[in-house]
Amino acid sequence: MSGLVKALRSRLPGRGLVIGAPYLWLAIFFLVPFLLVLKISFADSDTTIPPYTPLFTMGDDSALQITLHLDNFIRLFSDDPIYLLSYLSSLRNAAVTTVFCLLLGYPMAYAIARAQPSLRPVLLMLIVLPFWTSFLIRIYAWIGILKDNGLLNNFLIWIGMIDEPLNILNTQTAVYIGMVYAYLPFMVLPLYATLEKLDVSLLEAAMDLGARPLRAFWAVTLPLSLPGIVAGSLLVFIPAVGEFIIPTLLGGADTLTISTQLWSEFFANRDWPMASAVTVVMVALLVVPLMLLQRAQARAAEGAAS
Amino acid sequence: MTHPSVRDSEPWRDPSAEAQIKIDHLVKSFGDTRAVDDVSLRIHRGELFSLLGGSGCGKTTLLRMLAGFVTPDEGRIGIDGQDVSRVPPYERPVNMMFQSYALFPHMSVENNVAFGLRRDGVEKGEITRRVGEALDLVQLGPLAKRKPGQLSGGQRQRVALARSIIKRPKVLLLDEPLSALDKKLREATQFELRTIQEQVGITFVMVTHDQEEAMTMSTRIAVMNHGKIVQVGKPNEIYEFPHSRFVADFIGSVNLFEGRLKECFADHAVVESPDAGADLAVGPAGTHAPGAAICVAVRPEKLRLAKPGEGLDLPNRLPGRVRDIAYLGDACVYHVTLDSGKVVKATAPNLGRWDDQPFARDEAVTVGWAAAASILVDP
Repeated sequence: MSGLVKALRSRLPGRGLVIGAPYLWLAIFFLVPFLLVLKISFADSDTTIPPYTPLFTMGDDSALQITLHLDNFIRLFSDDPIYLLSYLSSLRNAAVTTVFCLLLGYPMAYAIARAQPSLRPVLLMLIVLPFWTSFLIRIYAWIGILKDNGLLNNFLIWIGMIDEPLNILNTQTAVYIGMVYAYLPFMVLPLYATLEKLDVSLLEAAMDLGARPLRAFWAVTLPLSLPGIVAGSLLVFIPAVGEFIIPTLLGGADTLTISTQLWSEFFANRDWPMASAVTVVMVALLVVPLMLLQRAQARAAEGAAS
Repeated sequence: MTHPSVRDSEPWRDPSAEAQIKIDHLVKSFGDTRAVDDVSLRIHRGELFSLLGGSGCGKTTLLRMLAGFVTPDEGRIGIDGQDVSRVPPYERPVNMMFQSYALFPHMSVENNVAFGLRRDGVEKGEITRRVGEALDLVQLGPLAKRKPGQLSGGQRQRVALARSIIKRPKVLLLDEPLSALDKKLREATQFELRTIQEQVGITFVMVTHDQEEAMTMSTRIAVMNHGKIVQVGKPNEIYEFPHSRFVADFIGSVNLFEGRLKECFADHAVVESPDAGADLAVGPAGTHAPGAAICVAVRPEKLRLAKPGEGLDLPNRLPGRVRDIAYLGDACVYHVTLDSGKVVKATAPNLGRWDDQPFARDEAVTVGWAAAASILVDP
């Protein structure tokens, strides 16, 4: 039987094509554009079209010259602390968002996974429902909620909790609220997927052996849902680092993030090489920890499975 | 065997003996179905007690009520005089071995086994010592550092056993403990589990749907049907003296003849059975009165076959014809169509070899059995 399968496999060219297709997609739409950006990041800005110097030039003596301008990268880390500050503030935004999404999303995912099976699709639907409205409109709606005479302040004054409206819009708090709101589903869904698969008899076994419910959660549920926590955190953290719309709309003029920095380099300063350098460093910042994490996960999976 | 076996002392025969587990009028409903319907039971210290029944008979619900995962609607459960009906599972003096074993996949074998002791705050050296002992008992010492995913089915079953007895519970509950093992391993493990139970001296309450497993291992068996206990007894009592048609039919294989009780004598009774096409002599009628609709149950291995001419010195003799022969290796099952039209099964040990079978298909035979070999059950 397995011999037949093997023989079939070696003869079918389709298998390679099927595996190759996604790689081809990634190469055309991710790798090539990134290499272009990488190339531009080593150029110098110019007034030509496109607005940067070429990397490869032919000298008078027919020698191919490769000109690598490193000053974009040097500028990133030396002159002006604004780039470093932008990176740090973007990473902090993403980290805070991830932590709050986890704290809010875990109980939600747990409740859905333990709800009656007939109720689960409805609850999951409610999590996904906001995606049916435009992202931009939903963030604009938050302006209406958070502004000084907005829904939230009016409500709090009406129930008598506060006398003066709270100044939330255009602060860092508003950015956190918006980002946690926007990214919460990306945390809930992978967590739900792991928690739903969790064998309830494991919890019963823990309780049977003397663990109170909270203890059973720490000893069994939490460690076994770690893959979901990791997946959800990555799904939130990575796009949150590059988030542009929420800090721009909810955070006010002086909000510093790497994405607003990119915007101003590209469109205000028309400094494509600088913008590219900012991008390359950001990708490096995200990819290196990701690869380390994946290696750690692969090693853990090997230990558990074999 | 370090403890005197209850198999010999049979404390359940003594009405003054105090039972360890007292279950009184226990009821549990799920929606409209009464999963456990007014069950009362007495289980004695050191017993290996089996709850036997088909799927959906309520045996697992009963076990889960003993463990504390299901709260009874009515009734009470007492263990060593303490009412545990409302005690949460983590405070009950019982432990459970799960059908799926429910081993913690992220913990090594020794950490799985040590889990219960850690929760009780047992001191470190003591934990190490007792985990070592438990793993030695189930012969898994060398695999202490492995994860459950790296073990075979039989090894996992042993880890689950070690984990569930390490806290020395008063009662160990086993939910289909051997169902995940293949036949050979299951048979070997049946005896081993019995030996371990006698070594540790813990009362075992086991749920099983496998009657052979229940017969091999148990001190007593409770047969369940539709949430009720239909009969409790030692394996041989359940097999030889079933109270009802259900028990007779559920345990082992049986031939049933419907009829009417005609005459009762001190040592035997006579049943008029259109099913058999003749009057049947059976054992004493007991509480049944003449005229009652009744069923005669005879096990296939108690039937004897003979060629028509040969004398068969038995009170019940019915003529028929061999319809089919099932060869099982150690025995043959003959399906015989009686002249009344009823098909009966008769098992005969293969004393000779297959090629000198005493009877062939379509051969006319006489089926016979002794009066004492059959018993009367309610129809």
